[in-house]
Amino acid sequence: MGKKLTIFLFLLPSLVGLVLFSIIPIGTSLYLSLTEWDVIGGPPKFHGLKNYVQILQSEEMGRILGNTLYFIVLYIPLILTVSILVALLLNNPYKGIGIYRTIYYVPVLTSWVAAALLWKWLLNARYGAVNAILGWFGIQGPSWLQDKAWAMPGVVLSSIWKDMGYFSLIFLAGLQGIDKTYYEAAEIDGASSFAKFRYITLPLVTPTLFFVMVICIINSFQLFPQVMVMTEGGPGGATQVFVERIYNYAFRYYKMGYAASLSWILFAFIFVATIIQLRMQKRWVHYDS
Amino acid sequence: MTRRLLIKKVSFYLFASLIGFFNLIPFFWMVSTSLKARKALAVLPVQWIPEEPSFEAYQRLFQLFPFARAIWNSVFISVTTTVIVVVSASLAAYVFAKVPFKGREVLFTLFLMTMMIPGQVTMIPNFLVLRYLGLLNTYLGVLLPTIYNAFATFLLRQNMRIIPDAFLEAAIIDGASHFTIFSRIVVPLSKPILAALSVITFMGTWNDYLWPLIVLTDRAKMTLPVGLGLLNTQYGNQYNLLMAGGLISMVPILLLYFLAQKHFEQGLSIGGIKG
Repeated sequence: MGKKLTIFLFLLPSLVGLVLFSIIPIGTSLYLSLTEWDVIGGPPKFHGLKNYVQILQSEEMGRILGNTLYFIVLYIPLILTVSILVALLLNNPYKGIGIYRTIYYVPVLTSWVAAALLWKWLLNARYGAVNAILGWFGIQGPSWLQDKAWAMPGVVLSSIWKDMGYFSLIFLAGLQGIDKTYYEAAEIDGASSFAKFRYITLPLVTPTLFFVMVICIINSFQLFPQVMVMTEGGPGGATQVFVERIYNYAFRYYKMGYAASLSWILFAFIFVATIIQLRMQKRWVHYDS
Repeated sequence: MTRRLLIKKVSFYLFASLIGFFNLIPFFWMVSTSLKARKALAVLPVQWIPEEPSFEAYQRLFQLFPFARAIWNSVFISVTTTVIVVVSASLAAYVFAKVPFKGREVLFTLFLMTMMIPGQVTMIPNFLVLRYLGLLNTYLGVLLPTIYNAFATFLLRQNMRIIPDAFLEAAIIDGASHFTIFSRIVVPLSKPILAALSVITFMGTWNDYLWPLIVLTDRAKMTLPVGLGLLNTQYGNQYNLLMAGGLISMVPILLLYFLAQKHFEQGLSIGGIKG
C-alpha cells in the first residue's frame, strides 16, 4: 500500500525546491535577461537581445574580463605550485606533520569576509603588516589596494593564503594514491629525487592537477567576497569582476535585466573555459598508470 | 647517507615552518590589532605587540552592533540549513540509488544538469521568488532554497549505490516499509558520508556571504559575515573593531574543526567537486 506515495514523499522536498528555486529561476533569469526592468516601475519591458549587445560592446565588459584574466594569470600558476610543494612537504613521514597540517588549514576555515577584512588591513599602505615586513628588507611596499596596478595582486595574495591549505590537501590525497612500487623500482635503478619527481610524481599527479585547475578557473570567474570587502571593485574599477558587477547591477542599481544578462554571460565563459580544459586534458593528463 | 637524511629533515622543518609562518603571521596581526586601542592603530613604527593592550574593541563591538544576536543568527541558520540539506538530500538520494521507477534516470539527469548553472544565475530570480512569497528579510527566506541541493543529492546517491541490494532485500521480504529500510539500514550505513556532508554544509553556510547579504537586510537578522561586511562599510578604518569581530566569527568553526578534524578534511576534499 502507498508505495508510490512513499516514493513521492521521499522526493517531495527536493522536487519542490527543484521547481521553485532552480527550474523557475533559470527560466525567469533567461526571460529577464531579454528585458529591461528596474523592479519598482511596472513589469519587465521586453527588448530582445539588447542587454547582451550592450554588455558585449561596453568598455566595462573588457575591463571585467581583463581583471579576471589578470587574476587568473597570477593566481593559477601560484596556487598550483605552492599547493603541490606544500603537499610534497606534507607527504613526508616526519614528526609534527599533523601540527603543520592543522596550521596550514586554519585559513581555509576562516570565512572570506573575515579573511578579506584581515587582508585589507594587512595590505594597508602605511600601517599594514605586509609593508612593515617588506620594510625589514629595505623594500618600500606599494600602496596595494589603493594602487590600480597592485590592487589585484593584493587580492591574489589573500586568495593564495586562503586557498593554499585546501588545495594542498587535495594534492596530498593525489600523492598518497600513487603506487609505492614505482618509487621502489626507480630507487633500484638509482634515480635521483628530482628524476623521481619529474618522471613518476608529476605525471601521476596530473589527474589531480587537472581537477584542481578546473575548480580554480571556475572559482576565479566567480571571485566575489574578497573583492567586495577589500576594494569594492576599486580603485578606478581595477578589481571589478563578474559577480561584483552582477550584485551591484541587481541590488544597488536595480537593473535586473542587465544583471541577469551578465550572469548568463558569466555562465557562458565558465562553460567554454571548462569545455576547453576537458578537450585539452587528453594532451597532458595521464589516466593510465 | 645519514648526513643526507639529516639535511633532508632539517630542510623539511625549515620549509614547513616558513610556510607555517606565512599562514599564521596574519592571525597574529589580527589578534594583536584586536587588542589595540583606536589611537594605537595609526602609529609608526608598527606595533606588533600592543604597548597598552585594551579590550575596548570587543566592548565597542557589542555596543555598536547586535553582535551577540549575529552569532545566534549564524548558529541558527547554519544548524538548520545543515539539517534541511542532509534530510532532504538523503531522502531523494535513497530513491535515486535504491528505488527504481519509470522516469527516474531522466529526473536524476535533470538534477545533474542544474548543477552546471552557477548560483549567480539563479540568485536574482530566487530573490524575486522570495519577494513574491513575502519572505525577504526572514530566516525562512534564507533557509527555504536550501531544500534543493543537487550536489548533496548526487554525493549521497553515489555512496548509497554501493550498499549491496542483498542488505535491503531481506528487509523487503520481511515486509519493511521504505521508511524503515531508509532509517534502519541505509542511513546507518551512510554515516561517514552524512557526517562529511554535514560538516561541509555547516561550514559553507557559516561562511556564506552573498545569499544572506541579499535576503537579510535587518540588522537584528544578519549573520556574522553580513554583519562584519556592514561594520566594514560603516567603520572601515577602525581595524581593532573589525579584527575583533573577525576573530569572534572564527571561534565556533575552529572549535568544530578540532573536534571533528577527520570529517572536515574528508568533507572538504569531496566538497571540491562543487567548487
